Order: sequence, then structure tokens, then C-alpha cells
Amino acid sequence: MDLAWLDFQGYGPRLIEGGWLTLRVAVLSMVIALLLGMFTASAKLSSSALLKGVATFYTTVIRGVPDLVLMMLLFYGGQIGVNMLTDYLYDATGGRIDWFIDIDAFTAGVITIGFIFGAYMAETFRGAFMAVDAGQMEAARAYGMSPLKAFQRVRFPLMMRHALPGLGNNWMVLLKTTALVSIIGLTDMVRVADEATKATHQPFLFLLPVALGYLAIASLSELLFQWLTRRYSVGFTEAND
Amino acid sequence: MAQATRLRFIPTLAASLVVLVATLPNAALASGEQVRIAIDVPYEPFVYRTPSGQLEGFEIDLGNELCKRAQLDCSWVEQGWDGIIPGLLSRKYDAILSSMAITAERKQQVLFSDPYYNTPSVWIALRGTQVDLDDKASLKGKTVGVQRGTIRDVYITEYYGDVMQVRRYGSSQEVANDLKAGRLDFAFEDYPIAHDAFDFQSSDAPFEQFGPDISTPTSIFGEGAAIAFRPRDEALAEKFNQALEEVNADGTFKALMERYFDYDLSVNAED
Amino acid sequence: MEQLNQAIIDLLSGNEIFTANTLDIYWEGLVNTVHLVFVSLLIGILLAVPLAILRGSRFAIIKWPIWCYTYVFRATPLLIQLYLAYYGFAFVPGVRDTWIWFFVEEPIYPALFAFTLNTAAYTTEIFHGAIKSTPRGEVEAARAYGMSRALTIRRIVLPSAFRRALPAYGNEVIFMLHASAIASVVTIMDLTGAAYYVYARFYAPFTAFIFVALLYMVLSFGIQAIFRGLERWLLAHLRPAG
Repeated sequence: MDLAWLDFQGYGPRLIEGGWLTLRVAVLSMVIALLLGMFTASAKLSSSALLKGVATFYTTVIRGVPDLVLMMLLFYGGQIGVNMLTDYLYDATGGRIDWFIDIDAFTAGVITIGFIFGAYMAETFRGAFMAVDAGQMEAARAYGMSPLKAFQRVRFPLMMRHALPGLGNNWMVLLKTTALVSIIGLTDMVRVADEATKATHQPFLFLLPVALGYLAIASLSELLFQWLTRRYSVGFTEAND
Repeated sequence: MAQATRLRFIPTLAASLVVLVATLPNAALASGEQVRIAIDVPYEPFVYRTPSGQLEGFEIDLGNELCKRAQLDCSWVEQGWDGIIPGLLSRKYDAILSSMAITAERKQQVLFSDPYYNTPSVWIALRGTQVDLDDKASLKGKTVGVQRGTIRDVYITEYYGDVMQVRRYGSSQEVANDLKAGRLDFAFEDYPIAHDAFDFQSSDAPFEQFGPDISTPTSIFGEGAAIAFRPRDEALAEKFNQALEEVNADGTFKALMERYFDYDLSVNAED
Repeated sequence: MEQLNQAIIDLLSGNEIFTANTLDIYWEGLVNTVHLVFVSLLIGILLAVPLAILRGSRFAIIKWPIWCYTYVFRATPLLIQLYLAYYGFAFVPGVRDTWIWFFVEEPIYPALFAFTLNTAAYTTEIFHGAIKSTPRGEVEAARAYGMSRALTIRRIVLPSAFRRALPAYGNEVIFMLHASAIASVVTIMDLTGAAYYVYARFYAPFTAFIFVALLYMVLSFGIQAIFRGLERWLLAHLRPAG
């Protein structure tokens, strides 16, 4: 069998590298989004008006502005903001703290996507937290568990069952959003395919395999989420749903 | 036990974040020894990427040669044209060696080295297209492609923005592609770029230059392409000027130029 | 009022970014964005309604192709769909002599093509879900009244499904507005394209991008308010009494 076409006119290895970068961006920003979402959901449910206000402001702004615009704002404007901070530190410490923090395309992409999806995750988690029967938490506390332990052992596993469908959905959207990092200059698989298309004038040869790559990742994640859903539903029968 | 793994979820998440962030490329603090040079890719034949990802081209060779002479440890940073000056000012890199024309407007932002080449801009259209650039009425409704944020963008916007439809692209390669595909009536390009993309001087090429070479007004087109630095990095600019003088004097520049061009684009070329 | 006007004039006179010229570009961007989003949503919904009905068909030969279409368009990035629409046909030899060329020549058409197919895929799934959750009793009652299948769909299933789909569709409209920002990569001067232009010209990322971010935010909240109003009006019968 002739496998020469796998070379993709010399772009093959870089397409694979690009795919690996896409995956890394997606997983890293998902981790940031999960953590941010958890914090924000807790803040929204807390009794502090300040925390609630900040969390609501964050989720409202994110849902009003396109991902691409936020990304460009952070990538192009973020560096200037960070520089102002490090310059201030430099002046304030008489030159003892001399930092330069580079917001490169990778960092900007991961942080922006994590930041955007943190807002969506917050809504998912908030709903899931509220779906957990308050009696369960009271029982845990009555057993003498600390609030942290009660969260880990009782609230978290119980709410995951409610959160999983939303998480799965957000992950799928996030995965596709990673394609935007190609516009701010990261060489993910979309960027490599775009570059190859413009150089060789063969759009289908490069764009279709990349589309298939996304389909494959999406289908695999769907299986993973089905497995997770089964796991976190242990002890609940269908009739209870 | 399933439960034991479950409750470690959050610490694991946090730990993996720490590990992953620590491995972010380039997130580390930069040291002062090296010089990072920004370039807009592709701008063939000045710079282009081979299928395997290697950077090649006249400016890559020239830049590497200059760094060697000035004994600097240089690295290349790929940066889209739109953000190339803000990136320099916000210290993402230390110099721009990317066919940037010296204009009064840019001089307010950056410090330029001596120019290292100077070429005019040219109009390109399908062979046989009848155009009269002075007759603005005949240009009405035509589409022209330029690279966004370049001196050619400024020129077209100012002189033809009211009659023609201006399409602004992220790279000159896209302009060439869309003219070839037929989406544009004209392209307005840097001479070497157009020469490479359309080979317009050979008589059987499907595209040809029309109108004269354009390099005035100088207030828009500037005084040739140069390396740009942050205004306070005068010492660094001086090192590059020194190296430029050397490569010009000993013929290295000419040799490099002849590797990529069959015409003279040096600043004092007579044409 | 006088003072406010003077304050604005003072503010504007000191900058070279918000001139009449650039405001013109922003305005053009706003018009293009609204135009692009509105047209693709309109055609998208016209495609989605019949597709959603057929998606619930008993026949595999009707059901599966639609499922495949919505799955593929929802699982791949819109950016790739846009690139395929923009470059896909442009390099095919001889395409310039066919009627397809009309749709390829202006960048707005490939963009509309990609956006429409994308939003139609999402909308189909939203309507399909809403149709599926029609209470059985409503359909049975309609059949008992002697309504034909087509009449039941038209009079009973669709009106109630539309109402249930409203909140999800409102989200889709906002998603589409945000997704349309990528139109700028194929030279369309939409809002993001205008910001890009001002940025490349004046090297002022904050001014350029924050300004359009605010414009997008106003548009998003406007859409949200419209859908809230629609929900209040159309779902009034579902509100708890008192």
C-alpha cells in the first residue's frame, strides 16, 4: 500500500504537532475553566454581597463579548497591562524586582479560553450545587465532618452527577473554540492547515483531515463522558431521575 | 475504593494545573543577553516557512549574518503584521526585521536603523486589463487587495478609498491568492513580493504590472526598509548599523541579495 | 447637556483614533455584523424547521443523513467551515465560468454559506429536542379530534415546540453574534475587522478592542432583552398564577 499521501506534501509532521498543541490548549484551558467555574459558583452561592457582585459581573461580561475579541484584547492588550504592573514593581522596589513576564500566544490562548469557559462552567456548577439535597450536607456536618471534608465526600460527588451533562457540553464547545488560537498566531492544527492551503491551493487536502481530527476528539470525549456519567450515577436508578 | 479516588479530584486538578503552568513554553522570565527579532511570515522571498516548518528567506539570512557580526545571540519570533509594533513596544521582542519602511508616523513610535533595501510598490492586474489610474471614475466599483496596516494600505485608503472597494488581508500571500483566484481586480504590492508571486515580467505570465512604480509621496512610502527598535535601545541599533555597514562594504550583502533576487534592491541602486 | 457635549468634544479632539473617519469604519463594521448575523439566522431557521421535523422521522434513510449533518457541523469548528467555504471552490479550475462563481467572488457569500449551515445544524437540534418533548396527550387529543398528521404538526406540535425552544434559541442567536467575529479573517469588515484595522493603523489595542467589546456587549444584551420579552409574552400561560 502506498502511504506517501500521509506525508501531506511535507506538512504531515507539523499537522500532527498542531493536533498535539490543540489538545494541550484544550486540556489546559479546561482545567482553568473547571477551577474558575467552581470558585465562581461558590462565590455566587455565598452570602457575601461583594463576592456575588464580582462573580455576576464576570459571568455577565464574558457572555456579552465574543471569544475572539476577548482573546485579542488579552493577547495584544494583556502584555501592556502586565508590563505596567512589573514596571510599577520595578519602581516601587527600587529596581530589586526586575521582571518581564511574556504573554505569548500560548499563554494568552489558554488563559482566555479558560477564563471564558470558567463563566459557563460557573453556571453549570451553580445549578448542580443547588440540586444537591441540603439534608445530605446537614447529615455530613452532623457526622462531624469539616466543611471541606463534607464538600469533598458528599457535595462534590453528588453534584457531579448533575454537572456532568453541562460539563460535557462545555467541553465540546471549548474544543472547537481552540481553533481561534490560530488567528492570534499559535500553530495549532487549524493554522498549519490554513498555511498549507494558502501555499499549495489544496484546501480539501488539509482542511478535511483537520475537521476529521476534531470529529475524532469529539467522539472520543463523548464516550468518556458516557463512562463518567455511569460512574457518578452509581446508586441512582433511572426511575429516580 | 472508588470513593477514595473521588475525593482526590480537586487536589489532583490543582496539582495538574501547577505542573502544566510550570511547563508553559516561554512563560519564563526573559534574560537580558539575547536579542529576539520579530518577523511577519510569509513575505516571500524575504521570509517563508518550508513545509517542515523551517524559516528561510533573504531577511532570515541577512538577520543571522548581522547578528553574527554584532556577536549577538539572536532568535526569531513570528508575529503578524497587525501587532508587530505594539509587540515591540510591549517588549515581546527587541527588534523588527521585517521589511518595515521608515515613515514619519512610525518614527514617532520606534527607532530605525539605516535602511537596508528600498523598493517601489506596484499595481498588478490580469494581463490585458485596461486601467487608467488617473481616471477615477473608471475605477469605481473595482476591488483592490492590500496587506492591512502597511504603507500600501495607507496609500490606497487615502488616494483610492473613496472610489474603490479596499480589501485588507492579514498577509501579502492572501492578496496574491485572491487576485489569482479572481476575487480581486487589482493587487497593490511591494515590488519583490509581486515579482515572486506573479513573475509579471515574463511575457507569458497571466498577470502584469500596470501604471508606473509608486514610491511617492515619501510621507507615506518612507525612505526604505529598516530594522526597528524601541526608542531607548540606541546602543543596540548602533550595533546593527555597524554590522550593516560591514556587510555592505565587504560584498556580503550583495552576495546574499543575488541568492534571492535577479535585480538590485539595495538603497543606492540606480534605476 | 451643553456641558456634556462640550466634554465629549474635548475628549474627542485630543485623540486621533475616534475621528469621523474611524467612527465611519466602526459603523460600517456594525452594519456588516448585523447584516451577516441576521441573514444567516433567518435562512438558518427556515432550513431548520423542516429538518427538525424530518429528523424525527421513522425512516432511517431520512433520519440518518440529517443526524450526520448536524453532528458534523456541531463537532467541527466554524472557522474550518468558513475556510472550506472561502477557499474550497476558489481554486477549482474553471469555477469562474460557472454560476457558483457568483457566490465565491464576494467574501460575504462564502461566509453566509458557512454561518447559515452552522446555525441551521444547531437550530435543527434545538427544535428537534423541543418537538420530541411535546406532551403525548396533546398529540393524542389532536388525533382524537380527527386532525390529520400534517395538521397536528402545524397546529399543535410546532407552536408548542417553538415556545419551549425559545430560551435555547435565544442562546443560539447570541452564540452566532459572537461567532461572526471570525468573518474578519476572510477580509469582511465586520465589527472585529474594524477593530483590527484601527489597531493595525494606530497601534492602540485597548482603545480598539475594548470599544468593539462594548458594542458587542450592547448587542448581546439587546438580544437577551428581546428574547426575555418574547418569553414573557409567549409563555405567559405557563406562569404561576398570582
